[in-house]
Amino acid sequence: MPEKKIRVLIAKPGLDGHDRGAKVVARALRDAGMEVIYTGIRQTPEMIVEAALQEDVDVVGLSILSGAHTTLFPRIVNLLKENGLDDVLVVAGGIIPDEDVPTLNEMGIRGIFGPGTSTQDIVQFIREEVNE
Amino acid sequence: MARDSLPRYSLPRYSAMELTRRLLTGDRRAIARLITIIENDGAEAQEALAALYPHTGQAHIVGVTGAPGTGKSTLVNELAKAYRKRDRTVGIIAVDPSSPFSGGALLGDRIRMRDLSGDPGIFIRSMATRGSLGGLARATADAVKVLDAAGYQTIIVETVGAGQSEVDIARAAHTTIVVEAPGLGDEIQAFKAGITEIADIFVVNKADREGADRTAMALQMILDLNHSSHLSSQAPEWRPPICKTIALHGEGVGAVIEAIEEHAAYLRESGNFQRRERERVEGELRSIITQEMTRSFFERLDEAQFDSLVDSIIRRELDPYSAAVLLLKG
Repeated sequence: MPEKKIRVLIAKPGLDGHDRGAKVVARALRDAGMEVIYTGIRQTPEMIVEAALQEDVDVVGLSILSGAHTTLFPRIVNLLKENGLDDVLVVAGGIIPDEDVPTLNEMGIRGIFGPGTSTQDIVQFIREEVNE
Repeated sequence: MARDSLPRYSLPRYSAMELTRRLLTGDRRAIARLITIIENDGAEAQEALAALYPHTGQAHIVGVTGAPGTGKSTLVNELAKAYRKRDRTVGIIAVDPSSPFSGGALLGDRIRMRDLSGDPGIFIRSMATRGSLGGLARATADAVKVLDAAGYQTIIVETVGAGQSEVDIARAAHTTIVVEAPGLGDEIQAFKAGITEIADIFVVNKADREGADRTAMALQMILDLNHSSHLSSQAPEWRPPICKTIALHGEGVGAVIEAIEEHAAYLRESGNFQRRERERVEGELRSIITQEMTRSFFERLDEAQFDSLVDSIIRRELDPYSAAVLLLKG
């Protein structure tokens, strides 16, 4: 029987090795009925985009704590565009200062979820954006 | 989940035919989208498979199965690397279970396959089991067809080994590898899982751990028993070799590749290749018919009649078998 699922790639770009938050989000999305492809830590932008392409995901979720988001996120967003994946929803979490949020939003990263976000909010955001 | 309404980039506007044309020119997005179409099993899936089918039948398909934690993904990663050194392109389908409660899935096989990133000669796709009865084997086999048509020379299908669906997946492979590791229970556990009969090659991974020799010996014993029983799908002239590996360090992987090549040569020379292919196609056709008949039956089902029969069964006025006969007669 036809069965359609929201597919999400969760990746940690950059060099910080702390992926607890990413795992919590991955688990919450799975529990919300999504298929989550978890790639783990220390992913380069190229690795992330290649995985997103092969897995044909609807959403790419990025988690970063190192402060390198202003360098790495634009590279990922641009690479997604170059590969024709510009309609993939990109969301981000981790430690992202408020003053960076407008720039990231402009870049096309619409959902930015800092510490303390309820996983239900993330689930709801993804559902609404993907189904809109 | 209403993904139909999903606004996507230009790809989904393409028909299955157009996607297939693009796949044949090596467009990786077309490969990915065709697998999605097939997984979602919509109306387009059949069209896509019809277009792809003439281009399939070229790849050697290797199934890798075994209990969780035996190191399947790590072994697959090393096998793919070894094949690339031999200039063979590799497609990988990594299957992980869906949660029976939420229907979601956490697919983590790529974590162990990070070495393979950036190589255009490799395509990795994670698939969730999605809980469809018997449908998994079909969806996996169809995803394999996409990679086969795309020209990947060796296709590795990795599944958690625990029962019938894994056996069915293995049937679609030319060579099936069963991975064991020391310390996961005695040989009776292996018997229970029922996957020893389907192995063309055994791998005892984590061979540097205590108990590896005992695991290998237990497998030898199982092979002795299998060869005196008729249940085994192994032909008497092929005794599955037992390869010891430490996949994490790439040790012993060359021997596994050689065993796969030997098995492929054996299949060709013995005529078993044709026999297996025929069995596989027969099984596939039967399962498609079963699924299509079930689907069309439920589409035509008179819900009111169904509900009233359920009521009668609950009141013990009718037994479920007689009710089924009534419904099937229409």
